[in-house]
Amino acid sequence: MEESNETKETKKTRAKPKMRIPEWVGVLVGLILIYAIFAIVCHKTGKPQFTSVDNMINVARQISMITIVAIGMTFVIISGGIDLSVGAVAAFSGVIAAQTLLATGGNTFLAVLMGLIAGAAVGVFNGFIVANFKVPPFIVTLATMIGFRGLAFIRCGGRPVPIEGIFLKIGEGEIFNIPIPVIIMLVVIAAGWFFANHTKWGRYVYALGGNEEASRLSGINVKFMKFLVFGMGGLLAALAGIINSARLGSGDPKEGNMWELDAIAAAVVGGTSLSGGRGMIIGTVIGAIIIGVIKNGLDILGVESYTQMLIKGSVILAAVLIDQIRKDENVRDYSIKCIPWVLGIIAGLIAKRFIPMSWGWIIVILIIAAIGVGGHFVMKSFKKK
Amino acid sequence: MFPANPFPIDKNAKLYYRVVIKMENILEIKNLEKTFPEVQALKGISFCISKGEVHALLGENGAGKSTLVKIVAGAQTADPGSEIFYRGKKVYFSTPIQAMNDGISVIYQEFNLVSYLSVAENIFLGREPLHPWGAINWGKLHDMTHQLCEPLGLHIDPGARIEELGVAQKQMVEIAKALSQKAELLFMDEPTASLTDEETQKLFKIIRDLKEKGVTIVYISHHLEEIFEITDTLTVLRDGEWIGTKPTKDVTMDELIQMMVGRKLVDLFPGRDVEITDEVLLDVRNVNRGDEIQDVNFKLCRGEILGFAGLMGAGRTEVMRILFGADKKDSAQIKIKGKDVTINSPVDALKEGLALVPEDRKDEGLVMELPVDYNTTLGNMNGVCKANFFIDHLREFEVVQKYIEEINIKTPSHHQVIKFLSGGNQQKVVVAKWLFIPSHIIIFDDPTRGIDIGAKFEIYKLMNKLVGEGIGVILISSDLPEAMGMCDRIVVMRGGRITKVLQKEEFSQETIMKYATGG
Repeated sequence: MEESNETKETKKTRAKPKMRIPEWVGVLVGLILIYAIFAIVCHKTGKPQFTSVDNMINVARQISMITIVAIGMTFVIISGGIDLSVGAVAAFSGVIAAQTLLATGGNTFLAVLMGLIAGAAVGVFNGFIVANFKVPPFIVTLATMIGFRGLAFIRCGGRPVPIEGIFLKIGEGEIFNIPIPVIIMLVVIAAGWFFANHTKWGRYVYALGGNEEASRLSGINVKFMKFLVFGMGGLLAALAGIINSARLGSGDPKEGNMWELDAIAAAVVGGTSLSGGRGMIIGTVIGAIIIGVIKNGLDILGVESYTQMLIKGSVILAAVLIDQIRKDENVRDYSIKCIPWVLGIIAGLIAKRFIPMSWGWIIVILIIAAIGVGGHFVMKSFKKK
Repeated sequence: MFPANPFPIDKNAKLYYRVVIKMENILEIKNLEKTFPEVQALKGISFCISKGEVHALLGENGAGKSTLVKIVAGAQTADPGSEIFYRGKKVYFSTPIQAMNDGISVIYQEFNLVSYLSVAENIFLGREPLHPWGAINWGKLHDMTHQLCEPLGLHIDPGARIEELGVAQKQMVEIAKALSQKAELLFMDEPTASLTDEETQKLFKIIRDLKEKGVTIVYISHHLEEIFEITDTLTVLRDGEWIGTKPTKDVTMDELIQMMVGRKLVDLFPGRDVEITDEVLLDVRNVNRGDEIQDVNFKLCRGEILGFAGLMGAGRTEVMRILFGADKKDSAQIKIKGKDVTINSPVDALKEGLALVPEDRKDEGLVMELPVDYNTTLGNMNGVCKANFFIDHLREFEVVQKYIEEINIKTPSHHQVIKFLSGGNQQKVVVAKWLFIPSHIIIFDDPTRGIDIGAKFEIYKLMNKLVGEGIGVILISSDLPEAMGMCDRIVVMRGGRITKVLQKEEFSQETIMKYATGG
């Protein structure tokens, strides 16, 4: 008895590092499904341009700014905070960069630098207040969101500051047919992923969000980490703001509206936990792509923008609910888990016959999701009784 | 739904049957199974609990006790095929509230209190007495709390917030909360883990009172003396399997240990052969903070383990947290290896080679959402980084593997999220984490709270090994036999002051208690 126990244990502990299935695979499957459905619908309705390479690059350009902001946001959320000021920071930095450009007579390098410094400074300011005065990040960044939006307007008197010259290339230039914003986005994604998974500061961000007191007692400099995380959030927001103003040809204080919410949505769809301690950069990127693909697909199908908002909201909700079900350990039998989804698909297909609009498929998907999610919880409550 | 089967067909049929005919059973568990993503926590457990008895549930960490309790109380669900009969009826609780309404209450090992609410609000959460017009009747609420707490010896203001309380006080609040729910079947998971002997005796009196009133109590503890003192029947689990259910008086201590660990354990405390030298590793003078901590001075020599004993609130943890830079202080002069050091934060302390293994693993020791490997290396990332910044994942894997083998952490993989491990294995990860930080002095604050004999023994061995390597070890312990078995000198504290430093030959429970209580 004793001996067999021992051999069993030695066998167990002699493990080699094994590959893990990353958590973002679930989100990736969601992305592929959504893309496939749009592809089918677009081809059926005579709009095959959806699957063209040009359109893919187009989607990438559309999401590049939100993705950059969302990566900064992901770090802030993982560390247990939230940053509502990113949209205002983007506008503020865009204005600062444009004004520096005017003042220096076209020195693009200095303009970008000043814009980035301005954004990072706002971020560090957020971090400073959060770390030193223990004010909840939601409130601090709500205040800076309002304040710096105002400051952006004050700086330029409410009028967009025009941008000229090589600066514009940041927004519309291309290298080997790939837009520069997309290249910047790819660099930021790579750097963010590396930072999160391969540096000790990245590790500390997770620890901080998971348990601040334990992190402090482990000798982590909690204040510095908060400066860093919020500073990074501000820096990336500024970068996105600069790209945006270069694309528009002006530093506009009205820009960056609702960016914070889009960034949070991308992070959450990508599996980041708003309570901190959990999240993945890749997941956030996939989340941003999902939102971008939906918007692009609906645009191509000619769905009006109000309906788009409704659909976008529904998809975010569905994504989060489905993720929750995937993790629900109370119902672990997959054959049972499938029942409501099969029912949902049948109901959806029947419903499709009565919906004439070209984007009726979206409603079908939502019906499937509603029946699937609802059925899961109904089943769960029955199972217990 | 189904009447209890008087002729159960299972592998434990004989024993089961004997218990069935003896007394009325309040709880019958049949073929209980529970599978977690990577482990099977319970492998077909069957046994009965008779009405009105105090029933011990024993086993090492990871044996499945806590899981079993959670399932019975509706906090987790069992695998299909498991059956639970409560008062002769088959039950299936999907939420703790359903179980509570049927008279099943649990005092969990980990606290489930709301930090920012008061003691009274926590005890009567969701059941507050109301005025006729619907507002909370605060006067009555506080009176009820007072009536409940007084017999427990819990003399605190019902309006005090939970976050202001120490671990032991929190534990007493948990007990008060469970008692207030008028339970018929009360589970106590490690209720005495953070209590002193005196408080434990008070709790035993309460248990006996409850028993007289017909309440059935399932008592989980690693303190085997307590089992023999208070329980009538005991059930032993090992690795998720049922080992036996017997009347407590028919079992000897040795038999019990053998049932639990599956082998004989000769000594509770490993011996150590280290010479105590005059070299002072740590010299602490003038630790003060308001009225709370006054004039604490002590020395730690190379080769010894210095114990700190005292009642709860005596200031032991507070002194150590001050030394470690975790809390504010009025004054403290610290010399490490003869060198004056200034410590204002844990970062400073770790730089000077002073480590503190904190008392409360859930709140201070671990990041529960992160996996085993992240937690193990968190305190010393430089140890697994290239250029002190870039994580070397292979080196990290080797380090974690080393500790998993060395202190026998039972985990399905390095990437297992730590909250899914059992309490004892979590504690081992806490210890591993602090061992990995290179230090001259390690302070252990109640390192064996709520863990089993086997794991305790391994932690003791580790301490001895550390001392042998010339590292200073300070052990704060609420368990007197442990303090006496492990330490060379014991510092006794009371009310934030040191009342006595006892040498090894002066050790006795009575002496320590005398200085700890001032009696």
